[in-house]
Amino acid sequence: MKQELTCIRCPMGCQLTVEISGDSVTVSGNTCPRGADYGKKEVTAPTRIVTSSVKVRGGELPLVSVKTASDIPKDKIFDVMAEIRRCYTDAPVYVGDILIADAAGTGCAIVATRNVERVNS
Amino acid sequence: MKQHKIVIIGGGPAGLAAALGAKAHGIDDVLILERDERLGGILNQCIHNGFGLHTFKEELTGPEYAQRYIDRVLAAGIPYQLRTTVAEITPNREILCVNAEEGAVTIKADAVILAMGCRERPRGALGLPGFRPAGVYTAGTAQRLMNIDGYMVGREAVILGSGDIGLIMARRMTLEGAKVRAVAELMPYSGGLKRNIVQCLDDFGIPLKLSHTVTKIHGKERVTGVTLSQVCADRKPIPGTEEYYSCDTLLLSCGLLPENELSKSASVELDPVTGGAVVSDRLETSVPGIFSCGNVLHVHDLVDNVSQEAARAGEKAAEFVKNGRSSGGTAIRLKGENGVRYTVPQILYADDMDEKLTVRLRVGDVFRNKALVVCYDGKEVKRLKKRIMAPGEMEEVTLQRDSLTDDVREIIIRVEG
Repeated sequence: MKQELTCIRCPMGCQLTVEISGDSVTVSGNTCPRGADYGKKEVTAPTRIVTSSVKVRGGELPLVSVKTASDIPKDKIFDVMAEIRRCYTDAPVYVGDILIADAAGTGCAIVATRNVERVNS
Repeated sequence: MKQHKIVIIGGGPAGLAAALGAKAHGIDDVLILERDERLGGILNQCIHNGFGLHTFKEELTGPEYAQRYIDRVLAAGIPYQLRTTVAEITPNREILCVNAEEGAVTIKADAVILAMGCRERPRGALGLPGFRPAGVYTAGTAQRLMNIDGYMVGREAVILGSGDIGLIMARRMTLEGAKVRAVAELMPYSGGLKRNIVQCLDDFGIPLKLSHTVTKIHGKERVTGVTLSQVCADRKPIPGTEEYYSCDTLLLSCGLLPENELSKSASVELDPVTGGAVVSDRLETSVPGIFSCGNVLHVHDLVDNVSQEAARAGEKAAEFVKNGRSSGGTAIRLKGENGVRYTVPQILYADDMDEKLTVRLRVGDVFRNKALVVCYDGKEVKRLKKRIMAPGEMEEVTLQRDSLTDDVREIIIRVEG
């Protein structure tokens, strides 16, 4: 199987061709070793950090921004998003607070990335 | 009239770092004026990650990066006023500001640091044909509505312009369940970072249509679709290439403009290329005691560079307050030529300059395997080989004080093969 990719490890943006046959992965088109690493990871186990926001009750803002505590498998992005969208939390919330312990079975937590203070209305 | 040693206009990343820089260099009487309800500026709505790799050696989201600086400002006990809009700055550094509690107040400052940031180029400046239906937003407005206020701006979108905010919003809308039909870019290359094209468009199969623009907005009450056309080398639409895309939303990500209305009121000289102030190596504008930094000076790609530049503006404003004078000696002009669109700073005072000076610049086209060449009065003194340079990626050149002799009058930086 062949796959075309753009390397994002530096601004060069080399066009990579990654070939997979059995257990071996070969990368061509890269101009440095970092491109080979990137190509391999992208076709074998691509991961991404997901950022979004969670609804807050009783806060100075209606939302708190969140992120996955580490990168998650790329094919789990929409499962994680669905869980984030169902989630509610109560103010106050602070940077680093864990809002979901294990998002969509990835083993990865969803953590707050801003402070939202409580307001008495 | 109130009086302060240093007043900083804007509480975003530039203003926060400038305040810390001034305080660290011995000025305690620093005041930040911010028109929004909170400190942090535009970072508050940039909830994606990728900030702070240089400053903190980790990838933070915008709000996290802002919070680190806010925490430092609070720990340093630096005062700030929120919901306070500056209406005018005079050349002798009187600042007229307004807020709901005090009404109109004039503050006299020994030094002023301009840190107001930039604005997006709006629809009116793009000359897009068609009606004016609801559903046309700048990408940053849509970002604020979604990330701060919690509103979904549309279900089916086309994005004009491939600036980073547009790319980030393509992903954001997709993650929230919208369909992004295409990103159209007038130029034959993207204005955004490669990483964003891969992770915001390629990841979700969103097509990037280079050399394309919107030639019609359809719909009367609400956007119902747009027509995209291919453009030729002179950026004029090519008849017969029209394609219709149905959508309820059009996002515009067509460039950022430094917001210098206040600088103009203070008679600060502006650079027609950057849209920001003309500054010396001390980040001082043409008006003594008024300094400029961050996106109001020139639009940056990385907030790390904003923080670094602003900290220097704070330091130099503190020196101005302590010494009571601007740079002296002979001014050396810095200019970009042959592919280099601009340099910041534009003026250098060799007598007063730091041992090393970082000159930031942008090129006007994509260049592969070329060099950035620095010339003093026509004589080449430095040649930096570059595998790739692009308009979307700011470049840096470092100048050493001891490389400059008394007779140098002009420094030119150019692209050469």
